[in-house]
Amino acid sequence: MAVRLTTIEPWPNTSQVFALHVGGTDVPLLLIAIMTFILISSSGTMAMAVTSGYKKQRKKTAYLILLTALGGVAFVGMQMFEWSKLIFEEGIRPWGNEFGANQFGGFFFMITGFHGLHVSIGVVYLTIVAKRVLDGRYDRLNDYQMVEVAGLYWHFVDLVWIFIFAFFYLW
Amino acid sequence: MEEQKQFKHPSFYPGDAPETEHPFSLYISVWILLFVLSAFSYAVDIAEVEGYLRWFLVTIFAFLKAGLVVGVFMHMAWERMAFLYAIVLPPLFLLALVGILAVDGAFVYYIRDLFMPLLGE
Repeated sequence: MAVRLTTIEPWPNTSQVFALHVGGTDVPLLLIAIMTFILISSSGTMAMAVTSGYKKQRKKTAYLILLTALGGVAFVGMQMFEWSKLIFEEGIRPWGNEFGANQFGGFFFMITGFHGLHVSIGVVYLTIVAKRVLDGRYDRLNDYQMVEVAGLYWHFVDLVWIFIFAFFYLW
Repeated sequence: MEEQKQFKHPSFYPGDAPETEHPFSLYISVWILLFVLSAFSYAVDIAEVEGYLRWFLVTIFAFLKAGLVVGVFMHMAWERMAFLYAIVLPPLFLLALVGILAVDGAFVYYIRDLFMPLLGE
């Protein structure tokens, strides 16, 4: 925040930088909005997975977790699209860009990069948990708490995205 | 003896119902609420609201969403009070740090604005 506050050059207009060209007009932040909806939806399915876990519904839990992981994959895929567009077409680099303050690129790649990394790790993590649910490991333990733990991780990643969406993209 | 019946949502009473009894409808309604709030903050951008009103609205919507995710999805609403304080209060204290950084940032900006043009070219 202090970095952004102290730049003399104006900060790039995010709703312009992240606009998507659809049907001849620029729709601001369209991709980001879709990504937000996907991540929120995956949080919703995860919450349902946790509840089904407490009810010891093995298959339902596993499929809901897999659905969540699928949402994560879609999210990371769209982020890859976003990154390659910004790098190859807009020429944004961590040390500079055409839109305004040089610090913008460094901010963007660090913040969304770390978040995307956590989403990717989460996808692997959820896949492992889903496999264990399907294998009946938690039935044998008679304890589905590991599903709730995985859920907490996933919800936290979603929570961080809520703040990135607000304070980086929309600010 | 007949039990007294009164209307209440099965979930929103801490200690009332264990997590096993949360209905899906609770999560789906929170989900829809999150969608609506996201759409609102997106609308702030589409409508090109600028300045303090924009920052205020964006922040409000973000914190409402965060509250829903932490409270319902992460089950904080059903935890005991001490746990809630232990988790939620420390990040709130960080806001003081944010305030200090804002004051300092304004000062650095002022200094740079004063001297950096002298260094250029």
